[in-house]
Amino acid sequence: MKIRAQIAMVLNLDKCIGCHTCSVTCKNVWTSREGMEYAWFNNVETKPGIGYPKDWENQKRWKGGWVRKANGSIEPRIGGKWRVLSKIFANPDLPEIDDYYEPFTFDYEHLQSAPQMQAFPTARPRSLISGERMEKIEWGPNWEEILGGEFAKRSKDANFEGIQKEMYGQFENTFMMYLPRLCEHCLNPTCVAACPSGAIYKREEDGIVLIDQDKCRGWRMCVSGCPYKKIYYNWSSGKSEKCIFCYPRIEAGQPTVCSETCVGRIRYLGVILYDADRIEAAASTPNDKDLYKAQLDVFLDPKDPAVIAAAIEQGIPHAWIEAAKVSPIWKMAMEWGVAFPLHPEYRTLPMVWYVPPLSPIQAAAEAGSIGLDGDMPDVRSLRIPLRYLANLLTAGDEAPVATALERMLAMRAYMRAKTVDGVIDENIAKKVGLTGAQIEEMYQIMAIANYEDRFVIPTAHREVGADAFEMRGACGFSFGNGCSGGETDVNLFGAPKKKTHGEVA
Amino acid sequence: MKIDINSILFGWYPYLCLTVFLLGSLLRFDREQYTWRSGSSQLLRRRQLMWGSNLFHIGILIIFGGHFVGLLTPIWIFDALHISHSFKQGLAITVGGLAGIMCFVGIAMLTHRRLLDPRIRAHSSFSDTAILLLLFVQLTLGLLTITVSLAHMDGHEMVKFMNWAQAILTLQPDAANFVADVDPIFKLHLMLGMTIFLVFPFTRLVHVWSAPVWYLGRTGYQVVRTRRAIAPAIQPSERQP
Repeated sequence: MKIRAQIAMVLNLDKCIGCHTCSVTCKNVWTSREGMEYAWFNNVETKPGIGYPKDWENQKRWKGGWVRKANGSIEPRIGGKWRVLSKIFANPDLPEIDDYYEPFTFDYEHLQSAPQMQAFPTARPRSLISGERMEKIEWGPNWEEILGGEFAKRSKDANFEGIQKEMYGQFENTFMMYLPRLCEHCLNPTCVAACPSGAIYKREEDGIVLIDQDKCRGWRMCVSGCPYKKIYYNWSSGKSEKCIFCYPRIEAGQPTVCSETCVGRIRYLGVILYDADRIEAAASTPNDKDLYKAQLDVFLDPKDPAVIAAAIEQGIPHAWIEAAKVSPIWKMAMEWGVAFPLHPEYRTLPMVWYVPPLSPIQAAAEAGSIGLDGDMPDVRSLRIPLRYLANLLTAGDEAPVATALERMLAMRAYMRAKTVDGVIDENIAKKVGLTGAQIEEMYQIMAIANYEDRFVIPTAHREVGADAFEMRGACGFSFGNGCSGGETDVNLFGAPKKKTHGEVA
Repeated sequence: MKIDINSILFGWYPYLCLTVFLLGSLLRFDREQYTWRSGSSQLLRRRQLMWGSNLFHIGILIIFGGHFVGLLTPIWIFDALHISHSFKQGLAITVGGLAGIMCFVGIAMLTHRRLLDPRIRAHSSFSDTAILLLLFVQLTLGLLTITVSLAHMDGHEMVKFMNWAQAILTLQPDAANFVADVDPIFKLHLMLGMTIFLVFPFTRLVHVWSAPVWYLGRTGYQVVRTRRAIAPAIQPSERQP
């Protein structure tokens, strides 16, 4: 047993209102730079839709994630090491920037400088890549917002697999949900495996996956390897970049920017202990539908004395073990079974999980045919097809998703009975395999969602964290040589000069 | 030793170029790793790159390998293996010519793309465009030398270049004499070749040093880094009270 700890995330999609605050705050902090305009470490998609970049879930096209070979071992879908190197001169599986969108700005200056005219002056779009006029903007980072565009295009969504999707194009049957996406900080990341330079690594202490910006050579295999398309090639610096899980904040015990600013309070951060020795076997599970359960088996119970003893022996800090015991992630994923990995069939063992959204009872209810299962509606009569959610979260296995939705409905029914009728109805809890106390705790964490319940983040241990004293008077987060860029305006090795705060460009 | 233009260009210039090539690469690797990358523009435009880049890279790797082995293998090894000079020259012309044509097609596509595609042109630095054009000219010169070589298939001209290259690397002061009387087109090819070494550290060519062959030797797939190992290095006695 090789015990490691990871700060994992859960997003409660039942409460996501699609406001994009997470995306915008993340963008402002991390990617508002040349070369990264098109990149959103965090984005929110409206589902069903083909998403960003286009069609990212279609691994027949983009070849992300892992495949299980006939001999039972796994290798990246883009190929083994020889195959990866053979594609290094031109990567056939790399999206073009138009698959994301061509970044643009508007000629705002024209609004001020335009002469007197018959019509109001307008700010027309201009490409941020070529600098040329864009006559028509064809695609953007959130083109399908609230079901924008025709159903025929959106229905290419890979999650419609096995669903008679035509009926969902009709207005009265239509459904939608939001899916905020960021790097999954996987236990078995394909980006790491595909990087020929070995520049991408997973941090042992907190599980955050990072790209060493100095060691990255821009071979761009990670972009293809990642099935979530959450690695972005910075076309200006020639290096790949990705969500860094706001590691400077995590180390200081603070939530990531996207979590901190989430107005719906849907995001949770907490410690998960896992057994690194079980990763390969779990990722090689034969049947796709068993991958979700296989990943649950990789996680270790932080209340198990044997696990605690082994964790202490292997150097996991005491504060981290204590945090793991009260981790909201553990509660949602393991105790209540309401959180699921995104596309476990990619075999990456992702660590950003999702609580599926409830949705209104279908219009069929009006005809008196509402499927009532006791006091609760049948989750199969919810507007979002169960199969759709299962394709998204459990490789198509509907049973665990159904249980989760039932438990969330039970939580509502139980609390309604308690607060409206003044009745504690243990039967509601029992029917979904929980106790009243568990439902009360679910309610506290998932519905009330206090700050301290959502974010249980132990600080990085001093002896393994960066020595902040050594960094005093430095120029903060920057690339390359940071503030020691030299005095001349010309850079010998062709990189644009980085200016520090004190310098005027 | 007589000092003339020939000895400056083919006796001294090689050392200038080699020194800058090695020291410059080392300095850049040490000081400016963030700038050390292949500089791919595939994300911005896929068109022309799939064929162009593959043809160019495979072609130039064959040519580079041919020059490396052909110029630097001591002549007695060829003699010991009973490989005649004329046969070696024929082989070099055939393999080099085919790879050269391959590379030529590739680099023509890449140059067209770099100069005429608005996205790529907008984000090409001076060195990106300059090194591509330099390589294009050098490749063209190299292909043109074939016409000269075909005129004398006995291989004696080729031996001059082998002697010259090996004399430079073994620090013989009169190395330039070996190539004093070769065709001007060869001289141009040599000069430009050395110049490419000279500018190498200041261009994206540095990615050649980082060809990720070590990837094949990586055990397993995953990479994990830890800072724990650093912790025991700080002894309690070293800590400030």
